[in-house]
Amino acid sequence: MIDLGPVWLTLRLATLTTMALLVIGTPLAWWLANTKSRIKPAIEAITALPLVLPPTVLGFYLLVVMSPTSPFGGFWVSITGDALTFSFTGLVIASVIYSLPFMVQPLQTAFETVGRAPVEAAASLRASPLDAFFTLVVPMSARGFLTASVLSFAHTIGEFGVVLMVGGNIPGQTRVISIAIYEHVETLNYADAHTLSAGLIAFSFLVLVCIYTFNRRNPIHVG
Amino acid sequence: MSVKALSLDIQSNTGGFSLQVAQQFPASGVTAIFGPSGSGKTTLLRMIAGFEQPDMGHIQWGEDIWFSASEAAHTPAYQRPCGYMFQDTRLFTHLSVSGNLDYARKRAQGQSDQFSYEAIIQALDLTPLLDRKISTLSGGESQRVALARTLMTRPRLLLLDEPLAALDTQRKADILPYLRRALKQFAIPALYVSHSIDEIAYLADHVLLLTGGKAQAFGPIASILERLDLQAVTGQFEAGVLLEGRVLRHDNRLCLTHVDLDGQTLTMPLLSDIAPHDKLKMRIRARDVAIALTPPKGLSIRNILNGVLLEIVQQETGPHAELLIDLGPSHLRARLTRAAVEDLQLRPGQKIHALIKSVSFDSRSG
Repeated sequence: MIDLGPVWLTLRLATLTTMALLVIGTPLAWWLANTKSRIKPAIEAITALPLVLPPTVLGFYLLVVMSPTSPFGGFWVSITGDALTFSFTGLVIASVIYSLPFMVQPLQTAFETVGRAPVEAAASLRASPLDAFFTLVVPMSARGFLTASVLSFAHTIGEFGVVLMVGGNIPGQTRVISIAIYEHVETLNYADAHTLSAGLIAFSFLVLVCIYTFNRRNPIHVG
Repeated sequence: MSVKALSLDIQSNTGGFSLQVAQQFPASGVTAIFGPSGSGKTTLLRMIAGFEQPDMGHIQWGEDIWFSASEAAHTPAYQRPCGYMFQDTRLFTHLSVSGNLDYARKRAQGQSDQFSYEAIIQALDLTPLLDRKISTLSGGESQRVALARTLMTRPRLLLLDEPLAALDTQRKADILPYLRRALKQFAIPALYVSHSIDEIAYLADHVLLLTGGKAQAFGPIASILERLDLQAVTGQFEAGVLLEGRVLRHDNRLCLTHVDLDGQTLTMPLLSDIAPHDKLKMRIRARDVAIALTPPKGLSIRNILNGVLLEIVQQETGPHAELLIDLGPSHLRARLTRAAVEDLQLRPGQKIHALIKSVSFDSRSG
């Protein structure tokens, strides 16, 4: 029987990463969609960097920053007692940074589509900006939230280079599906490599079909 | 509820366009902000609402300071008791009609019987629309829902930004009476931005004329409309006066209504919904008035008023001349060719007969 540990670990990683990204990415995307600040292009570029960088570059610097000998890594050890490198927590942090553009960009587009108009209308109806955000912008950007969440989730499941650099291959801690497949292939265990790979393809296909079906049934109303 | 009025003195300069307005607005009634496109009307309204900030000056609502550059004060839009009606309605498309109304109702401040849910629904005739989706509403219906939604917040000042500009003439004619009735019934001071003279003649009590970001004139609508020097702003084709008359009697056989205007009688098609002795607002365009020196005979025109020529303004390059005629307290405007003025040797002080080709009857006034 194949070891399903990497599967559960991967799902847990992807879920936690997506949740963290919703919390971090939403205000960032809202700010990017509305700001007239001069540093906006710089922030946009930083957000998009993970799209263009080889995962090994990102992984290398994350490794350097998280290392217990670095200021950040050392600070983490001093408050939690554990090192970030080669740990599940470190993997979550790395995944959040690695998948950031997949959350921020669809949300930013969705927020730009909604625009300022409904927020102004809400303000004229005595709704505070936060009130207007949750009662209008979020429902009107539902598709953007779905797309962003699914893309972030799927992208986290598919990551390999960053995990290898930051997390290594520790069962139950950092041994996610992509690492497990790599190891199975290295050890010429093609049967298990097939099972995991085919499973991942089927899963990804199903998720995407669900999204496109949902998007077709709920056409966006922009008015 | 204490009566508060809006006063402002603002300057702003964005993208090469400068806006400079100092004005004390009336505490009641409808004040039109009138001017050609690009004169800064909407920008001014958005600053009053709090969507935009001027560079300098202040905006005050009674004692409340909404904006003050010197004190670095800015009350955010959602804390100003303004209702804002947008040209594009901005109804929330993910909610139904009643969902939109409830959104506003839940956030309304204070209690008011006058602005009860039922009263607003009834005033705008919305009962049949409550369950409809926003996307299925016509332009006129959307604007009625938008007005109702604004009223649900119990605003103390209503800001209307060309709410009818996107509608065709027929739809406009359908919704204007609703708008007028609602403005009267709920009796909130309103600022009404428009570039249509007909609309403001129908709805407004006062007018602020705005051109190129500067206030040109302010006053009661009738006195602004009869000023010849504002020609360039009020436009030539639609230029005319607003007069107040009193219904004398109805002639049901010939389907006519006789109206008293400063002791003279005007005859017009039957207006059976206005009772005798009631007041009536009438708009007479300058282009619909002709002049005769002797009482004309054998003419089909029924309305001939005696008056005295007050003022003649000749166009410098065009073919026309504008005339102001005294009818008693009221004034009439006429538009002739310069050739006619020369031929008839017209000059101020002369007694003339004004031939009125058509009158539009706006409504009961007062």
